[in-house]
Amino acid sequence: MEHQEEAAELSPAEIERRLETVARNLAAEKSAGARRKLAAERKHLEAALRARLSPIDRVRAARNPARPQTLDYIEALIGDFIELHGDRRYGDDGAIIAGMGWFRGGPAAIVGHQRGRSTVERLRRNFGKPFPEGYRKAARIFDLASRFNLPVITFIDTQGAEPGIGAEQRGQSEAIAASLEAMARIEAPVIACVIGEGGSGGALAIGVGNVVLMQENACYSVITPEGCAAILWREAGPEKVADAARALKLTAADLLALGVIDEVVPEPPGGAHREPAAAIAAVGAAIERHLRRLRKLAPAALRQARGRKFAAIGAPFLSGGVEKRARIK
Amino acid sequence: MAEARAQNGPAAAAAEEIWIKCPGCREIAFRKEIERNLNVCPKCGFHHRLTVEQRLAITVDRGSWREMFAEVAIGDPLGFVDTRPYPQRMEQARRASGRNDAVLAGLAKIEGHRAALALMDFQFMGGSMGVVVGEKIARLMDYALARRIPVIVFAASGGARMQEGALSLMQMAKVASAIARLREARVPYISILGDPTTGGVAASFASLGDLNLAEPGATIGFAGRRVIEQTTNQQLPDDFQTAEFLMAHGMLDAIVPRHKLRYTLGRLLTALRPPRLSPAISGRSRRAKT
Repeated sequence: MEHQEEAAELSPAEIERRLETVARNLAAEKSAGARRKLAAERKHLEAALRARLSPIDRVRAARNPARPQTLDYIEALIGDFIELHGDRRYGDDGAIIAGMGWFRGGPAAIVGHQRGRSTVERLRRNFGKPFPEGYRKAARIFDLASRFNLPVITFIDTQGAEPGIGAEQRGQSEAIAASLEAMARIEAPVIACVIGEGGSGGALAIGVGNVVLMQENACYSVITPEGCAAILWREAGPEKVADAARALKLTAADLLALGVIDEVVPEPPGGAHREPAAAIAAVGAAIERHLRRLRKLAPAALRQARGRKFAAIGAPFLSGGVEKRARIK
Repeated sequence: MAEARAQNGPAAAAAEEIWIKCPGCREIAFRKEIERNLNVCPKCGFHHRLTVEQRLAITVDRGSWREMFAEVAIGDPLGFVDTRPYPQRMEQARRASGRNDAVLAGLAKIEGHRAALALMDFQFMGGSMGVVVGEKIARLMDYALARRIPVIVFAASGGARMQEGALSLMQMAKVASAIARLREARVPYISILGDPTTGGVAASFASLGDLNLAEPGATIGFAGRRVIEQTTNQQLPDDFQTAEFLMAHGMLDAIVPRHKLRYTLGRLLTALRPPRLSPAISGRSRRAKT
């Protein structure tokens, strides 16, 4: 019991350190009694960690480089993946992976942000911040999937779309907007998964799903907490950034309550980066469950259902809707 | 995203001062003279911002405007507090504008053509897009879709509204979905990107017109200029993120000076006719039968 009280006082980082110690001891311990005690302590610590994570802690967890990224999901969940490159207009963007492969035995189209881990890969992927050609590649795959009735699975993990001269010259706004419209038109099931940071329009551009899943420690926001703090308080110190993260309601639990996402996918204790395989498996199981249901709907019905779903977001918070909403076809 | 410059824009200044220094030519001009000239500098052609009321007055046929969805309003879904609670900010903006939120929607005639019209109000919290803005524009589009009426949206916005968090972000998808439906039904949608149009509004409906038009000199872009300067350390070109810059890079169909905008819209509405409704659901043919 003393563990419990103690754990409530600790910071998440301290709890994590203790968890590692307990895990080491557990691996070395032979006596069944001591093992039971250690296992109980681990359970307490894990529960305490879950309870202690503040919104900004979750933002950090979402950005943890050790967290599984799109290519890890593809590696684990998708068979015979064929990556498809380029927007046939300008170039091939490294921050967006697109392609086709087999999910649970059926063909599917896959689109996701890739942040990269090593310095070389991060540079090649522009830290997961797509240029317009990335969104045009994505939109091309969305159209392809729609025409051949392939389910679409997307993995969202970006700080945001690239801001810069080249991005503006090549029409970043138009590229994101066109991707949104392409997703709205898909006549096939679309499942979007927020697996890390969902950064604003650059994230939503591949997030218009029939179902939007979000991992427990992922975040999804209209602006980064840093950007929000800089605009609202003209300072981006750690305290204000934490305040902004809280104010923005960017955690999975908050967004579920607001009706922005459809389901929270639990992560292994302490975050997906601690047990990537288990985190990926949980997302895979959730995708499979929703896909099985969506597959029974006709292509046009899937497009309509997606339109209705997004039309309804925010509606519960409105008043004064006297005029009847036109029926969406 | 939004808000900056909202309170002290040229339009706000124009309401108070007798004389205005034109940012285009640095000449001092008589305010009335500029206003009579559709808020365009008679000397250099600089396009000052218009209020929503001014825009409406110079765009639609007299007496044809019928506002819709005026009562749609939002509370405080996030319980958002920065330096002030969100409801207080909203209350102030509502009192100043006499509007519930940053967009006006309705039906009008332009040069005799029926059109569904939405006009964003940059003076209302920087024209920021929250749930109400997305909802009213999407509803207007669905209304127009059902009746095969062309849609025209005048954008003027700094982007999504932070105080409504991810709910405002989702409005980008809401309106883009409505546009997909218009597109499929071949109901024309003309987007006019006003000064300024940036962030989530630029990256959604404002860029998705069958035609994208802008007025000379309008600021249009995705990321804020300051953000780009800070993150890239690059010298930005002088015309960066202007309508002229966008047209040079293939992102705008045309830059239309304010004096020609109404006439141009009239011509475009003449050319781009939505398909007729099938007789079974058309009100006119139903009347004809009885």
